[in-house]
Amino acid sequence: MTDTKKIMIVGVGGQGTLLASRILGNTVIHEGYDVKLSEVHGMSQRGGSVVTYVKYGQKVYSPIIGKGEADIILAFELLEAYRALPYLKEGGKIIVNTQQINPMPVIIGAAEYPQDIADKIKNKANLIAVDALSLAKQAGNIKAVNVVLIGMLAKSSEIAKDSWIETLRTTVPAKFLDVNLKAFELGYNH
Amino acid sequence: MKKLLLGNAAVARGAYEAGVNVVSSYPGTPSTEITEEIAKYDEIYAEWAPNEKVAAEVAIGASIAGGRAMSCCKHVGLNVMADPVFTVSYIGVNGGLVFCVADDPGMHSSQNEQDSRHYARASKVMMLEPADSAECKEYTKQAFALSETYDTPVFIRLSTRVSHSQSLVELCERETVAVKDYQKDIAKNVMMPGNAIKKHVIVEQREKDLRAFAETTAFNTVEDNGAKVGVITAGIAYLYAKEALGEKANFLKLGMVYPLPETLIKDFAAKCDKVYVIEELDPVLEDYCKSIGVEVIGKEKFSLLGEYTPAMIAKAVLDEDAPACAEINEAIPARPPVMCPGCPHRGTFYVLKKLGLTVSGDIGCYTLGAVAPLASVDTTICMGASVSAALGMAKVKGSDFNKKLVSVIGDSTFIHSGITGLIDIVYNKGANTVIILDNSITGMTGHQDNPTTGKTIKGEATKQVDLIKLAEAVGIEHITVADPFDVKNFEQVVKTEVEREEPSVIIAQRPCALLKGVKYEGKCRISEECRKCKLCMKLGCPAISLKGDTVEIDTTQCNGCGLCMNVCPFKAIKKEVN
Repeated sequence: MTDTKKIMIVGVGGQGTLLASRILGNTVIHEGYDVKLSEVHGMSQRGGSVVTYVKYGQKVYSPIIGKGEADIILAFELLEAYRALPYLKEGGKIIVNTQQINPMPVIIGAAEYPQDIADKIKNKANLIAVDALSLAKQAGNIKAVNVVLIGMLAKSSEIAKDSWIETLRTTVPAKFLDVNLKAFELGYNH
Repeated sequence: MKKLLLGNAAVARGAYEAGVNVVSSYPGTPSTEITEEIAKYDEIYAEWAPNEKVAAEVAIGASIAGGRAMSCCKHVGLNVMADPVFTVSYIGVNGGLVFCVADDPGMHSSQNEQDSRHYARASKVMMLEPADSAECKEYTKQAFALSETYDTPVFIRLSTRVSHSQSLVELCERETVAVKDYQKDIAKNVMMPGNAIKKHVIVEQREKDLRAFAETTAFNTVEDNGAKVGVITAGIAYLYAKEALGEKANFLKLGMVYPLPETLIKDFAAKCDKVYVIEELDPVLEDYCKSIGVEVIGKEKFSLLGEYTPAMIAKAVLDEDAPACAEINEAIPARPPVMCPGCPHRGTFYVLKKLGLTVSGDIGCYTLGAVAPLASVDTTICMGASVSAALGMAKVKGSDFNKKLVSVIGDSTFIHSGITGLIDIVYNKGANTVIILDNSITGMTGHQDNPTTGKTIKGEATKQVDLIKLAEAVGIEHITVADPFDVKNFEQVVKTEVEREEPSVIIAQRPCALLKGVKYEGKCRISEECRKCKLCMKLGCPAISLKGDTVEIDTTQCNGCGLCMNVCPFKAIKKEVN
């Protein structure tokens, strides 16, 4: 791989996007790549839009990804997927959890949640949609949405499945490991 | 061993490897994780101080006594810290002394976008600016030795993207650095005029020495790509510029941003046809270049606002457009941050909004009380200002206005600098009502202990500041503790207290919903008895929304706090316990 690979993880503060990006980051360093991650902490984590960038390759300079640059967007929520779509490069892939979380302007009636987002994205990009919440429930914990999505990302990546599982083992607390391994498999085989 | 580390964790690692003895800080995004990481090293004494000034003074004392010491803060924390910093610049150090400050271009989590580099020049303190985690570790590590060599404190300047990006860092062992002897030295350590006048001469000589050092230090690097365009840059902006321009430009990367190297800059510029200065926020490097007669292009091409991107730089320098991308032709609703489901502050702001009070606000999660639908906060200025600014409001508008006015301030913020405002109210015969939002933790920055929690940064039990006794001690005679989720009682308490002709304190007590151990049974559900009055929608709870004409509670978001049950006039919201 000569080019830098650029992956964007988007979602709503509190959904566990940070853990997902860290699992990704720690998996790619074991593959021997240079890697940079950019995270969001602080106020946005309180239910706001959150964006994490992960870049890896031979040599990575800046930690951020610009419009039209992302190879893969991993979206934890439908509206956030739509918002991030301009960052996807031509021919890139967008993996979307179809869960909808209404932002406050929608809740108070000051704005409308756009209709048929998945179809709109499909018209413009290579979309893989998944109901990760159901799969997480199936795995045994609704909080495992992030690991379901990591499983889907793993499937779309060139990195060996074992490397991902190895990272999971070292990142996730022992008592949640079984649920997370199950969630990963459900995502991977989706 | 190479490890993926957050910039902040790398700063902590650098300090650890340099043998730092004492680190004292007050949390503030994006700087908080530095001190949290430091606290994980058993060899280092770490603490959360009540505010940045105290933190800096603890570090200064440790340095004077002979240890290596550090204090970390966000950019606005440096304002609070400034007093001791300006004078310790004169005193110098015994053990190495480092102040690490993290700016927040783009204001991800801040109330302004100030550029800390101005402080370096104003206080005559050298400043280093790393670009990634490897440099964070290396620069911090070297800063302690430099501090001792030049008898000066040293600033490390970060920005959000440096603090909160992870990249690879080579870990080394901790150096053994003996704590130096302490010797009484009045001429050095007592800054009264007679001594300070002499020290100022030394400070000016030190400035000259550091300027000479800046010319040759490896912190400043020239990358000659044989290009016609030159770029002078520092920190994260270097990485953006390098990614955008590659070998199409020569680079002068300044790892030391104060003092700046006159000859190095002149020589670099002389070899280029055109020189850009690329720096986020203020034209600090640019103004310096112009002051030494070097012609550069800076803020006429680049913004004074927010963060930069490689695409922005490619457009400005090469006139290259960003790659094609999908366009979205409809309005996408914004998703601003909101108070979490179960947040104790929601009850407080619901009542304040209902009573139509003017709310003098402060810095913390509860600043979100300014966001619709609660929208009850009137002002947010800086840490502690809710209390003191309300006194100013009352003094100019009089008693009737004061009876419709409250201050809201978090427990940690109150200790930080609200207490001094409260003393002002008592001393100067104010009659304000101050609501302390006691959620048992420092919330916004991600759960740090503080003097009111009864635990130290290392989780050890300690004496707990008693807010009631504290308020009593400064002369407050009316103090009420109330649960903001008991909305009826809370409303009554607020009504009673604002009516008084004397100052009062309400302690709104309920722990942060995200704290471990805060668990509410079950989830709330709207039953058939709902009459669609939509009063619960006024809470601005992210779990409650309108689907068509019916109100629904999203069980994946609901944490079962039951506040909506308390406001529902028809008892139509039920708890479902599985």
